[in-house]
Amino acid sequence: MELQYIGLKDISGAIVIAEGFKDVAYDEIVRIILDDNSERIGRVIEITEEFAVIQIFEGTKGISLENCRLCPTGRPLMLPLSKEILGRKFDGVGRPMDGLGEIYYEKKMDINGKPMNPVSRRYPNSFIQTGISAIDGLMTLIRGQKLPIFSGNGLPHDNLAVQIAAQAKIAEDDNAEFGIVFAAMGVKHDVANYFISEFEKTGAISRSVMFINTSSDPVVERILTPRCALTAAEYLAFEHNMHVLVIMTDITSYCEALREVSASKQEIPSRKGYPGYLYSDLATLYERAGMIDTSKGSITQIPILTMPNDDITHPIPDLTGYITEGQIVLDRALSQKNIYPPISVLPSLSRLMKDGIGEGYTLKEHPEVSNQLFSSYAKVQDVRALASVIGEDELSDIDKLYIKFGAEFERSFVGQGRHENRSIEESIEKAWEILGMLPESELDRISPDTLKAHSSKAENIS
Amino acid sequence: MENIQKSFIYGINGPVVTVKNAPWLKMLEMVYVGEEKLIGEVIAVHGDDTIIQVYEETSGLKIGEEVISSGELMSIMLGPGLIGNIYDGIGRPLKQVEKESGAFISRGISADAIDKEQIFKIDILVNAGDVLSGGAIVAETVETSLIKHKIMLPPNISGEAVEVRESGEFKCSDWLVKVRLENGEIYEVCAIQKWPIRTPRPYIRREKISKPLITGQRIVDVLFPLAKGGTAAIPGGFGTGKTMTQHQLAKWSDAEIIIYIGCGERGNEMTQVLEEFTGLTDPKSGEPLMNRTLLIANTSNMPVAAREASIYTGITIAEYYRDMGYNVAIMADSTSRWAEALREISGRLEEMPAEEGFPAYLSSRLSEFYERAGFVTNLNNTQGSVTIIGAVSPQGGDFSEPVTQNTKRFIRCFWGLDKSLAYARHYPAINWHTSYSEYIDDLSQWYEANVDKDFLKLRGEIVRILQEENSLMEIVKLIGADVLPEDQKLTLEIARVIRVGFLQQNAYHANDTYVPIIKQYEMLKIILKLYKKCKSLVELEGISVSQLSKTGIFDRVIKMKYDISNDELEKFKAVGEEIDKLEF
Repeated sequence: MELQYIGLKDISGAIVIAEGFKDVAYDEIVRIILDDNSERIGRVIEITEEFAVIQIFEGTKGISLENCRLCPTGRPLMLPLSKEILGRKFDGVGRPMDGLGEIYYEKKMDINGKPMNPVSRRYPNSFIQTGISAIDGLMTLIRGQKLPIFSGNGLPHDNLAVQIAAQAKIAEDDNAEFGIVFAAMGVKHDVANYFISEFEKTGAISRSVMFINTSSDPVVERILTPRCALTAAEYLAFEHNMHVLVIMTDITSYCEALREVSASKQEIPSRKGYPGYLYSDLATLYERAGMIDTSKGSITQIPILTMPNDDITHPIPDLTGYITEGQIVLDRALSQKNIYPPISVLPSLSRLMKDGIGEGYTLKEHPEVSNQLFSSYAKVQDVRALASVIGEDELSDIDKLYIKFGAEFERSFVGQGRHENRSIEESIEKAWEILGMLPESELDRISPDTLKAHSSKAENIS
Repeated sequence: MENIQKSFIYGINGPVVTVKNAPWLKMLEMVYVGEEKLIGEVIAVHGDDTIIQVYEETSGLKIGEEVISSGELMSIMLGPGLIGNIYDGIGRPLKQVEKESGAFISRGISADAIDKEQIFKIDILVNAGDVLSGGAIVAETVETSLIKHKIMLPPNISGEAVEVRESGEFKCSDWLVKVRLENGEIYEVCAIQKWPIRTPRPYIRREKISKPLITGQRIVDVLFPLAKGGTAAIPGGFGTGKTMTQHQLAKWSDAEIIIYIGCGERGNEMTQVLEEFTGLTDPKSGEPLMNRTLLIANTSNMPVAAREASIYTGITIAEYYRDMGYNVAIMADSTSRWAEALREISGRLEEMPAEEGFPAYLSSRLSEFYERAGFVTNLNNTQGSVTIIGAVSPQGGDFSEPVTQNTKRFIRCFWGLDKSLAYARHYPAINWHTSYSEYIDDLSQWYEANVDKDFLKLRGEIVRILQEENSLMEIVKLIGADVLPEDQKLTLEIARVIRVGFLQQNAYHANDTYVPIIKQYEMLKIILKLYKKCKSLVELEGISVSQLSKTGIFDRVIKMKYDISNDELEKFKAVGEEIDKLEF
């Protein structure tokens, strides 16, 4: 017979306190059965001998001190998994929502996961071609990396994520399958639908798993959504050797849910009211990307976050940047110039890029060319600042060239079509073309040998 | 142990567990929590309540499970076999953990830092009848190709050696020497000793700081040198290259032992260090770098309480090797994560927060940590040092936040990383205007004796030119460089040569990733020679800077860091001659 407890002592927000309810474990999942036999799920977030604090995922609407029974389940939240999950849609806590019935599971896994042993990790160094010049050329995505998109409201981050998902290609083909795991946290219905319909269009839907918590769904569930998604990703990557791309949007809503819950627990807040453990908590998501020795699969993460007020120093992008291996920053000014994708090149970065590009990975000259683009484009910013003071006409000849170079770089290297898929060779060729606008003496990051090799190659072609 | 004292869990909140009515539990005592025997430490006692922080995930713990007292303070095992390994925050070897739990770390794994069964060839250095004081070296063994491990008496033990084994092969747990203590008891010395991580190991006295830690990084060695036994902080927002700089220092600095603490950082980075350091060789000895390196990894998703302990585990190991007479350098990446761990635990204890939610004792904890650095004479009269290099990750890249500010009070060398330099891919992105080193005066004698008498004079010149550039840039930003007089244009051009040709250093270039101090000095001389020559051409002969540029001499000097390898110093002469030959 199942143990049941009746009666609560306190209800506040999504949190209830049950007195004398002590036969549960910390972090255990509890079923809450209401008088009308409807059922909700909660999690134990603090216990003492006298009381237990339980967070109810679906909220406390309609719960009174007396109208519910609590049943411990004896374990943390487990996600039922099998390869059947591919092509399915789930809600924020992993219950099927596509009307296709329950999953016949092969195994159940704890959604909290366990930390990867650094000794067992494989260091990521295989290049993923996204077909987007700015990313492939300047902030290369590497298999097993976590590379977030820092965006703002109204910027085309969703389009970019969809384009990456559709075009991503791994250079060395080792017959492993690809999969996409998509986690939506507190997104608008339109956004969720956009992803679903785009995946359907490209056929990616049959190899993707979707976990969807829209902005009208319970806030507390949002905290579990990415954990369910990553558990599914770990299962596919490490049990079935798949290469999994995890897209999580929107991390900002996730953090806000965390703040809401923290506030209702009356915890001491740190910056901007976010809980002091925001860093550790985000790390338990992002650090689940990677590769391990014992499996051929990999988890690559592209979390999307909208920076409140476009402020990159806001705690959410700030802490994210400290955990992830780089960032792709979108810029409103570029977007207003009608450049897509509006990637702001200078603050963007891929930390793993250095080990996955160059000879044997992409192209031999790739590191030098990308360095040169960064450094020349940084110079463009200085020249633009100067031009805004003294006027463009007063600039020296070389500075005028830089202005032209900057505009062309933004227009034709960063900018590209929404369905345009450029190979890495095409991207680098484009880079050479634009660098050709500058005199050779300005190309101080490219060694004379590389320059010579390139110009003789160009001559051969012509 | 006949009467193990047990108490029972009363409450659980994240990593904080409370037990009731256990007056025997001591502050900072190590305890085993629950059926899985998770490792914990007593951090507060309030009346009947004893508060324990648990170093592992607490999900699944229940009220009423046992808490067993260990009777000892939170300690780590020290002995041969530490170097070349990777440990978690409380000193469990991660390779052993992998064997037991696979690629993902489970809870409740107990693994000693040292394999007690491992056999070493040990040379005994004392004789029966010798009177030994605390810390005395009694034996030694080859730990790795780079490190001779000295087996010492624990600092708090002294007496007469009554029985001594012959040199030979022993297990780590075998006794080597028996010592009669003052009270007549016999103490068996083996290769392993334990030491509480929060207690600094004693020494006779602190010595004056006098030797630099040569890092092979030009901006550090020339502009902002760090001393052996000194403390430095590297603050920088994300993407400014903190970790990269730490890695470069770990690879190339001339400390004999490197302890790298990955405190709340990325898992892939620790894997990278492991892989890279095993492949790289030490520039002095040609041996794998891993043979002098020890890693402590508490990645950001590992339990937060162990993050707080990882710093202490690291420094205790460092002090242990210092006691053998080695120069040890600790890289802590990042102390901000450690401070956040303090904040998180403090929040769970519902303590009154000070600035930005950090506990009021943040600064005293930081000072305790940094004060464990130093150049000392050990109990056994050898000399050794512990140098601490702490990375700081300020929120929003803003150096006015509490961790950076409090750290600044206790360090003497500050390498501020700069976002705009990093954006332009100028690495190391150490900003030469905000950084400082208080060690210059302490080290001047060393530089004069070991590099050259005029080294500091040249350094001063460089600093002056960079300062001048800074003030000229204010003008240039407003009106452009074209209107400046020629001599000021020359200053800008030379400053560019210094920035690009000297301060900027390419970690991926074989000739540039590590540069010996002598080559650094030669480069300085060439740059200043160029400056002097050009200055006289501009001022006396009216040659313009653009004419000078056309000769390509500036680029020639900038490229010398790549063109001249570390063992071809004679080639600098040719560059010097080219400068002399400049004529119009």
